[in-house]
Amino acid sequence: MAQITFIQPDGSARVVDAPEGETLMIAATTAGVDGIVAECGGSCMCATCHCLVVSGPTEALPVMEDAERDTLEFTAQDMQDTSRLTCQIKATEALSGLTLRVVGR
Amino acid sequence: MAGVVILGAGHAGTQAAASLREAGFTGPVTLVSDEADLPYHKPPLSKSFMKQADAPLQPLRGAATYAQKDITLRLGVAVTAIDRPARCLHFADGSRLNYDRLILATGTAARRLTAPGADLGGVFYLRSAQDARAMRAALPDAGRVVVIGGGFIGLEAAAMLAARGIAVTVIEMATQVLGRAVSGAVASAVAADLVANGVTLRCGAGIDHLSGAGQVGAVHLTDGTRLPADIVVVGIGAMPEVALAQAAGLACDNGVVTDATLATSDPAIFAIGDCAAYPQAQLGRMARLESVQNATDQARALAQTLTGNPVVYDALPWFWSDIGALKLQIAGLSHDADDAIVVHRADGSLQSVWRLAQGRLVAVETLDSPGEHMLARRLIAEGLTPARDVMASGDMAALKAAYASARALPA
Ligand SMILES: Cc1cc2nc3c(=O)[nH]c(=O)nc-3n(C[C@H](O)[C@H](O)[C@H](O)COP(=O)(O)OP(=O)(O)OC[C@H]3O[C@@H](n4cnc5c(N)ncnc54)[C@H](O)[C@@H]3O)c2cc1C
Ligand code: FES
Repeated sequence: MAQITFIQPDGSARVVDAPEGETLMIAATTAGVDGIVAECGGSCMCATCHCLVVSGPTEALPVMEDAERDTLEFTAQDMQDTSRLTCQIKATEALSGLTLRVVGR
Repeated sequence: MAGVVILGAGHAGTQAAASLREAGFTGPVTLVSDEADLPYHKPPLSKSFMKQADAPLQPLRGAATYAQKDITLRLGVAVTAIDRPARCLHFADGSRLNYDRLILATGTAARRLTAPGADLGGVFYLRSAQDARAMRAALPDAGRVVVIGGGFIGLEAAAMLAARGIAVTVIEMATQVLGRAVSGAVASAVAADLVANGVTLRCGAGIDHLSGAGQVGAVHLTDGTRLPADIVVVGIGAMPEVALAQAAGLACDNGVVTDATLATSDPAIFAIGDCAAYPQAQLGRMARLESVQNATDQARALAQTLTGNPVVYDALPWFWSDIGALKLQIAGLSHDADDAIVVHRADGSLQSVWRLAQGRLVAVETLDSPGEHMLARRLIAEGLTPARDVMASGDMAALKAAYASARALPA
């Protein structure tokens, strides 16, 4: 279980418990975090699960694969250095305390 | 004020409800569906949902979201009629619901097999969560499965079942799988991959009848072959759910007919997603598409239109299908393609097929090449056709450079 904080597009924060091995996108949509649409259901194709990494144990984040980078580069609104697709990040204990800002669209 | 009523809580309807709120709509929003499940993602039904006996449905939105957004969910009751003069829906339980604006998002129904024996037990379709649960429950006792139909859903299911150690045979009427949905090169590569993973393919085969006592026991082909089967999965396409619209006198032709803003022949009624036939921008003619992208992007566009910012729906179509470990992605529409550039990897495997119509790039099919797919979406959406040798190279760096320089030029 990892506790992840999502800052929603309206600025309010939501703390979500992400079960070990589940993606942060699934945890966010299940909890109803605003702005995470996850239209492709986690297939790394839509970038509607796009978040910016704000703070926390960022060293525990998985390395970005090419597919995630390409989706961000060509599809996401306003890709930044801290951009990640939450459907490509699986929850681990070590990620607890991570804060992400939802980009929305 | 009766507000907006959305009929059908699939990908299109659910997105429409959410997008209306995001666009600032403050009136009542009611989302109704005959399915009892909280609205869920459909693509996993033929993919991950079949993998494990206890895999849950993947909800489109968390349960709490609907109340948070003041979206009234009415699940598990079918709508039986649309009374247009009264602007009122009639439900199977006798209740009624008024609307100011009605959005039809009724999707499709699986095309039914008509061969004798099609109504035997153990014959499954894959359209709803209920279908998928029924099929999944039958799998532990199934050693041999016959899949009828070599379309996306049939092939995805076949790959999944084979991965579970089940002996799978796919029966396809045409000479190759996936029909006209993809190029011949991609169809062949997909077929080869399935065969390598233990699936038996029988193309050019017709179904004569199904036999069994109560439960299906075998599928009989027109050439006399008898294929033993513990269960049969039917994936022979889908038909738009237009019965209510038709009965209400709305124009229907391969779907509920809409204009470019997704309005039907009744200005108070709109149609989106799998059930809608609309003037397709890239093709320049009426079309009806069945994809998650089409459903959600139409929902977003319509929410804009209904909140005072009329938009013509012209988003570029894209699609994906996970057939076993193979990721097939399609950018654009290949209906009018008359030329193809086939790209192989150094190891000889198929990477992509770039499809052109009168010299213009219209679609790109990729196999396990997600970056190329993403870039192709940009190129097609912006009307760019890279030089032939660049497309044929399949090289991401060269493609990205071509895209960047094309964009830098004034259009
Ligand atoms: C097994 C499967 C796998 C798929 N895989 C992919 C994929 O990998 N990629 C992709 O892009 N697309 C895929 N699709 C297609 C995609 O799911 C559809 O295009 C999408 O669901 C269309 O959304 P929709 O809202 O138009 O219709 P649907 O999602 O079908 O929703 C329509 C809803 O309306 C309800 N309804 C209909 N009539 C009534 C009535 N009279 N009263 C009340 N409720 C009613 C239905 O029960 C249903 O819940 C797949 C589809 C299936 C079935
Ligand atoms: S859910 Fe679509 S890219 Fe993450």
